[in-house]
Amino acid sequence: MPEETHNSKRIDEATNTETMGHEWDGIEELNTPLPRWWLYTFYACIAFAVGYAVVYPSVPLLHEGTHGTFGWTSRGEYAAEQKAEAAQRAPMLAALAKTPIEDLPSKPELMRQAVAGGRAAFKVNCVQCHGAGAAGSVGYPNLNDDDWLWGGTLTDIQQTLTHGIRYPGDDQTRTSLMPSFGHDKILTPAQVQDAASFVRSLSGLEPKGAAAGRGAEIFATNCVACHGPEGKGGRQFGAPNLTDRIWLYGGSHEQVVGSITNAHAGVMPAWGQRLDPVTIKMLAAYVHSLGGGEAFAAPTPVAK
Amino acid sequence: MSADTKQPPKVPFAWHGTLERNVTILAVCAFIAVIIGGLVEIVPLFYIDNTIEKVKGVRPYTPLEQAGRDIYIREGCYLCHSQMIRPFRDETERYGHYSLAAESMYDHPFQWGSERTGPDLARVGGKYSDAWHVQHLTAPRSVVPESIMPNYAFLSNTALKAGEGGSMQGELKALKLAGVPYTDEDIAKADADLKAQATGNGTDLAKRYAKAQARDFDGKPDTITEMDALVAYLQVLGTMVDVESAAAQEHLAQEKGR
Repeated sequence: MPEETHNSKRIDEATNTETMGHEWDGIEELNTPLPRWWLYTFYACIAFAVGYAVVYPSVPLLHEGTHGTFGWTSRGEYAAEQKAEAAQRAPMLAALAKTPIEDLPSKPELMRQAVAGGRAAFKVNCVQCHGAGAAGSVGYPNLNDDDWLWGGTLTDIQQTLTHGIRYPGDDQTRTSLMPSFGHDKILTPAQVQDAASFVRSLSGLEPKGAAAGRGAEIFATNCVACHGPEGKGGRQFGAPNLTDRIWLYGGSHEQVVGSITNAHAGVMPAWGQRLDPVTIKMLAAYVHSLGGGEAFAAPTPVAK
Repeated sequence: MSADTKQPPKVPFAWHGTLERNVTILAVCAFIAVIIGGLVEIVPLFYIDNTIEKVKGVRPYTPLEQAGRDIYIREGCYLCHSQMIRPFRDETERYGHYSLAAESMYDHPFQWGSERTGPDLARVGGKYSDAWHVQHLTAPRSVVPESIMPNYAFLSNTALKAGEGGSMQGELKALKLAGVPYTDEDIAKADADLKAQATGNGTDLAKRYAKAQARDFDGKPDTITEMDALVAYLQVLGTMVDVESAAAQEHLAQEKGR
């Protein structure tokens, strides 16, 4: 228990302030009141807190908290924000929805909006494989160049996006399967080496020597069906052009041998199952705009 | 009480002086104040509806997913990745629908996290293919050149030794004590379930664990590696609840009090 102190409260002359009433060895303590501005701010905060608790959700009750007279919820605020954004986008999305993708190039303003929307959607859905700059990496195609496996017009890209490539569960997916010539013993290891030499000689990476000569015969019997007699590939099979020094799985001799031995069959998801048609249209416009987009040829039937 | 009886105090709350001078009373009163604060702030979270509501689809993790979760924690993934999408437009546009409390009801410990050096992973399940995950965990910069994530290539080469002594039974039992509703059958078949899910062959796994995906996750069908477990865990994250379904959306739209 505290020591009983002398009751010697008095007004200090120098400051005109009351003392606390205790004294130790001649030392006294002033009972300086809180500054008025501080005190009133403190009271105002309490009043504010009471008001805040009334208008916003606060006090927990038996099954849920009080709702607050404003009816505010964090999810409600989020929903309202989403709604406002959707309303702002609605006219553009509606215009895009009713414009066939073939007509986009003739509407520059709509095309510009589609490319911008596609850029945003690309960052969420596509950069993981194709890279932030759409430059791809080993196994994932570069979308900036004009070398297309399955076609580079707006409709081709839209088709690839919607149905994917070799994607299970989509019966319109683009599909083809290169045989694993080495692994499945269609060719001997020596023949695979020769074929790789020939393939690399097509783009001048190896001299057209004896190995390439032997490889040419192997190529003629095994590869031309898809890659074409000149090795320029074929889009109906997604067969890459072998003459352009653009390699999806690497162009070194070892890498080409690897690709012939164990064929690659890259998969792209069918985005039609995840994204709405308008977003896919915007993505197609964006990818088309990256630099390699192809114009529509004379009226050819769209591949389905 | 030491207050002076002859002269009544002029200022209000003069008794406060007694509190300040007596450390025992001060400690007791401070303790009571903290208890009240704790009761008011913490206890309701254990009983009010919108923090304990059950949401259709949430199920306990399968043994393989739980083993992957243990690797996730062991490797400290939570130091850079959160698992909590807040209801803000900038988060949902990137990561998907905001997280629900029920989606982490069987997380012991939860992995909400507060640090996002890497992206949020609450809904990463199904977003990428298994092959992508394996390549990304093996060499992150081969698919994301700007990534600063460490390489986890060793996961592919390390045989999975799940749980204690290579059995998940003990871990499932412990989780059951913590409130995860594993059945006796789940516990008895834990190791068979783990094997079945990592190879894609057999058992009634899918009957007891709704929508459980069973396949070879790491591209090495012959062995069950730590990569299998971690990818299986990543692929289930955020996929249990169909948040975009009409019923769920309607329910969320009517929510009040948060």
